[in-house]
Amino acid sequence: MTAAVSVDGVSRVYGTGRAQVVALDDVSLTVEAGQFVSLIGPSGCGKSTLLRLIADLDEPTVGTVRVFGRPAREARLAHEYGIAFQQAGLLPWRTVRANVELPLALAGMGRAGRRERASHLLALVGLADFAEHFPDQLSGGMQQRVAIARALAEEPSLLLMDEPFGALDEMTREHLQTQLLRICAETRAAVVFVTHSIPEAVFLSDRVVVMSPRPGRIREVVPVTLDRAGAADDLDELRTDATFFDEIAAVRAALLDGVSVAQAEGLG
Amino acid sequence: MSATSATAAPAPATAPPPTAPRSGSARPRAAAASLMRSAPLAAVASVLAVGSAWEAYKLLGPADGLMVGQTRLLPRTSDLAMPHTWDMAARLFEPVSGGAGAPPLWSAVLRAGAASLGVAAVGWLLGLVVGMLLALAMQRVRIVESAVLPLVVLSQTVPLVALAPLVRSWGARLEVGPVQWAPWMSVAVIASYLAFFPVAVGMLRGLQSPTTIHADLMRAYGAGWWPTLLRLRLPASVPYLLPALRLAAANAVVGAVVAEVATGLPGGLGRMIVEFAAFSASDPAKPWAPIFGAVALGLAAAGLVALLGTSLRRFRRLEAAR
Repeated sequence: MTAAVSVDGVSRVYGTGRAQVVALDDVSLTVEAGQFVSLIGPSGCGKSTLLRLIADLDEPTVGTVRVFGRPAREARLAHEYGIAFQQAGLLPWRTVRANVELPLALAGMGRAGRRERASHLLALVGLADFAEHFPDQLSGGMQQRVAIARALAEEPSLLLMDEPFGALDEMTREHLQTQLLRICAETRAAVVFVTHSIPEAVFLSDRVVVMSPRPGRIREVVPVTLDRAGAADDLDELRTDATFFDEIAAVRAALLDGVSVAQAEGLG
Repeated sequence: MSATSATAAPAPATAPPPTAPRSGSARPRAAAASLMRSAPLAAVASVLAVGSAWEAYKLLGPADGLMVGQTRLLPRTSDLAMPHTWDMAARLFEPVSGGAGAPPLWSAVLRAGAASLGVAAVGWLLGLVVGMLLALAMQRVRIVESAVLPLVVLSQTVPLVALAPLVRSWGARLEVGPVQWAPWMSVAVIASYLAFFPVAVGMLRGLQSPTTIHADLMRAYGAGWWPTLLRLRLPASVPYLLPALRLAAANAVVGAVVAEVATGLPGGLGRMIVEFAAFSASDPAKPWAPIFGAVALGLAAAGLVALLGTSLRRFRRLEAAR
């Protein structure tokens, strides 16, 4: 089976000469189909850059990015992935329904098909009653749910999410995390998820990729072994599970290890 | 949600980007409703205030005005220089001239105003098309923006009176098939010369207004320039375009009236202002009539654009919520 994402020896360098910034340095990563992978690390570690390279919103200086076996550009043009950002980025002049329908319309789907699909997706994120509202009439959390529904519109096998819950309060954030896990279990999509939050990364992911800054590198990949299938009835119970805290400690250790090494490098 | 609040308070063409304050729909709607009730009142009050100021100065100001050296700083207050407001209003309902069967002055002004408005509207449309095409070209190709934008700004420094005879003489030599260049076309072209500028600048800002996230999204959907234009850039430019269109309408009216004077086109307000100026001694209230006509013309033009704005209010949600 082809991997959802395979990043091979990728570097991304901005600028030239003295102003040169190495955002990513020789990064390799494989995300299997259906796998949930989080990218975590301090600001400037290149996690968002890596996501943008996978989405072909930016191009690597060196190395190759393949999505389902195809070059990233081809995958983008074939609408292979859905994407969501920290800001919902809904078009204010379109209703909630029309926003969800936008990627479908751009892909040339007919009106009836779009309508049916949008209704299904809005029910999935619990916003069926708000289809004819405009984005400015919704709360931040609701807007972000619309953005997720939009990302799912074309039933992608890959979801790319750049801190989608970063701007939300803790309650809304946990609620949406649970919903996202439920949706991923239903759609069997692979996810690449950028976050600042260790608990969020652990709660959601099969693997947490810990990155370090200047230059952006992968420091460690921490596998997470939460029993999500066993807790399918109430995923939130996992948040108080002992394993959950152990995994958080493991990821934190990997991150802090990075800091001490960086300091050691600074002294050297 | 009503857009009345936005139409009643004209913003400059270079309005700041509409930021996104999220608010319930109740507050702006209530504010718009109260504004709708008070707007006509405020308009009447401001007209009365200007009239009162006129009369107050006429009553209290120095009869010979105020001269410093050769320069008159304040106007004379005689009935010749400053007729009473009620005299000017009453004059509108008297015949244009002493000739038998002469129509009342207001109807002559109205007819001239309609003629000018028609020419100004053609100029406005022409300016709209040219301005939008320029903005699209500048948005599409960065180098065009750097090359054309300074020229666009420069174009507005050429005085209209210098341009008018040129346009007229070029036009007179034009003949496309059976279509002969008519003098009013020169006036419309000159009006469009003033109208295209705010459209080009405002539209360019509007086309460039979508955030990085929106641009990234369209790219992620594999949308090329054209779909991105239709679904993102054009709708996003509406809040910038509408104030620009209002400026363009006012500019087109000024341009048409001035160009009528400069090219000597009969039938419109511009020519009427020149003709009636000859009566300033014998019939001092008469020259004011076409000036009022020009003011009404500007208001009518701005009003028509405001109507256009309400029909596009879906694209101005953030503006209305502000």
